[in-house]
Amino acid sequence: MSEEHNEPESVWTSNRFWSRSAGWVTGFSAVLLILLTMDTLGQITMGSAEDLANKVTKRVPSASVINYKVTYEYSAARGHEVPVIGDKELFFGRSDYSETEANALLEKGKLTSQSKNCMNCHTLLGNGAYYAPDLTKAWLDPAWQTGGVMQGMTGTTSPDEAMLVFFQNPDKYASHSRRMPNLGITAEEAKGLVAFLKQMSSIDTNGFPRNFNKIQGSTQK
Amino acid sequence: MSIATPKYLSQSLAMKYFFVAVVLFGAQLVMGLIAAYQFVNPEFLFNVFNFSTARMVHINALVVWMLYAMIGSAYWMLPEETGIETVGVKLGTLGFYVLTLAVTVVVGVFILVQVGPGTDASIWLINEGREYLEAPRWADIGITVVVLIFVYNVFATVMKGKRTGITTVLMADLIALAGLYLAGMFYTSNITMDQFWWWWVIHLWVEATWEVFVGVLIAYGLIKVMGANRQIVEMWLWIEVTMLFGSGILGMGHHYFWIGTPEYWWEIGALFSALEPVPLVGMLVHVIYDMGKHNGKVNNGPAFSWFIVNAFGNFLGAGVWGFMHTLPQINIYTHGSQFTAGHGHLAFYGAYATILIGMMYVAIQRRNNIEEMRSTATSKWAVSLITIGVLGMTVALTLSGYVQAFVERAEYGATWDGYFIAQGATWFTQGIDWRLAMGVVTLIGFLLLVKDLLTIAKRSKALAK
Repeated sequence: MSEEHNEPESVWTSNRFWSRSAGWVTGFSAVLLILLTMDTLGQITMGSAEDLANKVTKRVPSASVINYKVTYEYSAARGHEVPVIGDKELFFGRSDYSETEANALLEKGKLTSQSKNCMNCHTLLGNGAYYAPDLTKAWLDPAWQTGGVMQGMTGTTSPDEAMLVFFQNPDKYASHSRRMPNLGITAEEAKGLVAFLKQMSSIDTNGFPRNFNKIQGSTQK
Repeated sequence: MSIATPKYLSQSLAMKYFFVAVVLFGAQLVMGLIAAYQFVNPEFLFNVFNFSTARMVHINALVVWMLYAMIGSAYWMLPEETGIETVGVKLGTLGFYVLTLAVTVVVGVFILVQVGPGTDASIWLINEGREYLEAPRWADIGITVVVLIFVYNVFATVMKGKRTGITTVLMADLIALAGLYLAGMFYTSNITMDQFWWWWVIHLWVEATWEVFVGVLIAYGLIKVMGANRQIVEMWLWIEVTMLFGSGILGMGHHYFWIGTPEYWWEIGALFSALEPVPLVGMLVHVIYDMGKHNGKVNNGPAFSWFIVNAFGNFLGAGVWGFMHTLPQINIYTHGSQFTAGHGHLAFYGAYATILIGMMYVAIQRRNNIEEMRSTATSKWAVSLITIGVLGMTVALTLSGYVQAFVERAEYGATWDGYFIAQGATWFTQGIDWRLAMGVVTLIGFLLLVKDLLTIAKRSKALAK
């Protein structure tokens, strides 16, 4: 093999110049990423029960949000929809879950979502697999509300109860030919999952999904 | 020029890594076909071997076979670049067996146990349930230890032997690659925080450190296969590193549009990820330039074919298909649709599978002291069928993704009903059918590839006599 040793004629063909550029550009990008990360981590840290009680808006609200009504409404200021946390709402018959209780429910739900491998069929915040519906705003989906197909099939009268029944035997309540399999989800795990989905629906996702359930005639009721 | 080299233990170890990589590649395709068929017939293996399980093994086999082939490639080129046997190669061999045992246990548990109760124990022992990082925590720790052995071996060898531009980039890249894995090894109930750090591993691997690794392999490959001038090749490598890290590190912003992270990521993600195709164009130009300079004279036909498919595939799959939906204005409709699956298929294939298969051919040629290894009919059929298969899957999934973007998202406002209406739309299901057919084409190409990898050395030797 011939190894030619050409002296570089200009800086643009100098390996020394390019290796130093690589170092500086990489270092600069990494420092910027770390600074942005520090800012972002502050903004995405979960809020507290006090924040909710005092109507302090957090991008990721506390698990105690299960005590409140969540809606997804258009904000003229932001140009897209944002979650709105309203008055108290019953969640499995109660609206007085302490922060500790709510956190325990959320943790059980999040752990269940991982150990049951939800993300390899569904998307969560749009990430995952594409075999089943996105779960970002599933809690607010008309399918689970009064008059929706899921309450009808499960014989229940509220989204939380409908989900609780569905998760324990999903293969028995098929809304379409593609069914959800039976993953051996217990009542306790199912309740945690409902809390997890409700809390996820309250996260400020910068308007994703867009126009969620806002299109006329967008649902088959 | 002679390609005869001493029989390095490091290169024997590399062959072991390549062998397991090919086995896992096969597993990836079989699992992909099961999942693709379940899209067409959802009752297939329902409640026995669900889509989630097939898909999990599909994507994990992908990641692991690529890591195996990357480690194999590094162990292969290390003695040639440094001029000495790899330091700690025996420890490296032990690491190989430990890693392979661990991978076997993890895959066995994935296939047989599948899911566990919603407890910490499941995360530690069965399945972490985070896409691409499903390996349970015990395996995470094992993988980290084995990778640290590998990184130590590379560093110790380069320090002791000759240091080149290629090995310098390799060392820097491996430190980043290994360190980033740690960002994925914790549990939090905050899904936004979870996905924020999850992307540190996924994005900074596949859109930064892995791409730089590819740059290293192209540099080495062009020198060995075409006799390209090292100084020029290494200059290109440094330019690629500058551009890949310059765009890729902050390009991470395109994953932070919709997961609960602040709005400023829209601008950062849009700008830097729009720049991400630039280095891929550079890599394509680099390969074509060198090919022209050497009048296409190569000593390894099949490896060179795979390098060419890499240059185009990386640009198309990662560059064009990535850019298509990277701007937030478009991504709000395509995020979480088959659009992403289309991009994923061509990008992983074009950027990584191709170059790693090329490296296997380089290793086979040099291991057997074959001065000139020409493509066989099987080599040509293999590269053609796999490329047509993956390209076909990509186009099919992209078309299905369009239907989702327009029907599910724009027309029906992304509801549960909207999702299933789009999934049932004729143009969507046609895409899904074509994806399955093209998956079969890919599998046939893979079988021919295995045959070729096993027989080409013998055939080339017989031809030389």
